[in-house]
Amino acid sequence: MTNIIEVNQLTKSFGSATTVNDVSFTIEEGKIYGLLGRNGAGKTTIMNMITAQLFPTSGEIKVFGEAPYENQSVLRQICFIKEGQQYPHLFRIADVLDLCPSLFPNWDNEYAYSLLEEYKLPVKRKIKKLSRGMLSSVGIVIGLASRAPLTIFDEPYLGLDAVARGIFYDRLLEDYAKHPRTIILSTHLIDEVSRMLEHVLLLDQGKLIINEEVDAIRGRAYTAIGSAKIMDSFMSGKQILHQESMGSIVSTTVFEPLDKQTRMEAEELGLEITPVSLQQLIIHLTNNTPKRKVDLNQ
Amino acid sequence: MIDDSRPIYVQIAERIENDIIEGGLLEESQVPSTNQFASFYQINPATAGKGVNLLVDQGILYKKRGVGMFVTAGAREKLMQKRRDQFLEQYVITMIQEAEKIGITRDQLSEMIMKGGKLQ
Repeated sequence: MTNIIEVNQLTKSFGSATTVNDVSFTIEEGKIYGLLGRNGAGKTTIMNMITAQLFPTSGEIKVFGEAPYENQSVLRQICFIKEGQQYPHLFRIADVLDLCPSLFPNWDNEYAYSLLEEYKLPVKRKIKKLSRGMLSSVGIVIGLASRAPLTIFDEPYLGLDAVARGIFYDRLLEDYAKHPRTIILSTHLIDEVSRMLEHVLLLDQGKLIINEEVDAIRGRAYTAIGSAKIMDSFMSGKQILHQESMGSIVSTTVFEPLDKQTRMEAEELGLEITPVSLQQLIIHLTNNTPKRKVDLNQ
Repeated sequence: MIDDSRPIYVQIAERIENDIIEGGLLEESQVPSTNQFASFYQINPATAGKGVNLLVDQGILYKKRGVGMFVTAGAREKLMQKRRDQFLEQYVITMIQEAEKIGITRDQLSEMIMKGGKLQ
């Protein structure tokens, strides 16, 4: 596999605040990545450094094998759709699209206009007259039609309703199948996108805490539900990620893969075992309450 | 359709298996492409591909170069046998445990099975 991005011991500080703290990872060609984490976890800062809009305090970034700063041959291959992307206010949508072929070598104008139609965007309307959702749709159209070898969507759906988001997911998968490329999606709507992702990078307070294939993460935790008395003996020696109780019933999320023996033990004890969704797992992992003390490298 | 309980590729493989067992996918017929699975279930094409490859490894599907994936001759019987092997653990043991929990005797249980069988 070719590495599109190589990030090595990347750190970014703003004054005394360290937003990105010693982060290393690689992004392989042709996969869909999810860059996840809470607000302020450092997602946007990392994307800004990858796209050369921000200098790292220390560490190294290589994009398509080269340093991205003022490097046209690298930057031409990237399309970065930011949250709340700004466009020249006096431009019409059509004017913005007219600029795209010169920015993105793979730009497909016909596809862009078919997407505009699907999103019912008024091509001749000025950018400043567009609603929040319409502006987001313009970003999505550009991101998809750019067909850039590295396409990054940072929280692209401010103000978008569920139908419009559904169109985005459908078109993204469809076009990705026809024109495979590397895509990074940064979002809070984990449940909505988790099935589309192949690999997840999870940031927590500037640190990278998960860097794994989605399928592997899915089996890393489970929840057991049952009476408090039984639970105590079952849970001893296990890595507990989260626990809550309601009366005498306790629900415990364990950060360990569920093996056959444990499953049988739980069944014999009368405990109910349920899966943990990617979103739930991430909430537990990044909800920084004192109860959570888990060694992620196990 | 697809749930969060198990890896998605395993569920894709199971859906194809079910289709073969129920006769929706005949032996020697072509299986939808990974991209078709991906857009239908809104999943990553690589995940769909992993599910299909799982069945290729088990000899249920085979690849025709440049054409696509096909169901192997004899795949249906092979799958039926696999499901029969899993039946005891997956259904019978669970049923007996539940029956014991709520006080249904073995005799009552077997009577229910006889009656239930007639409903079919």
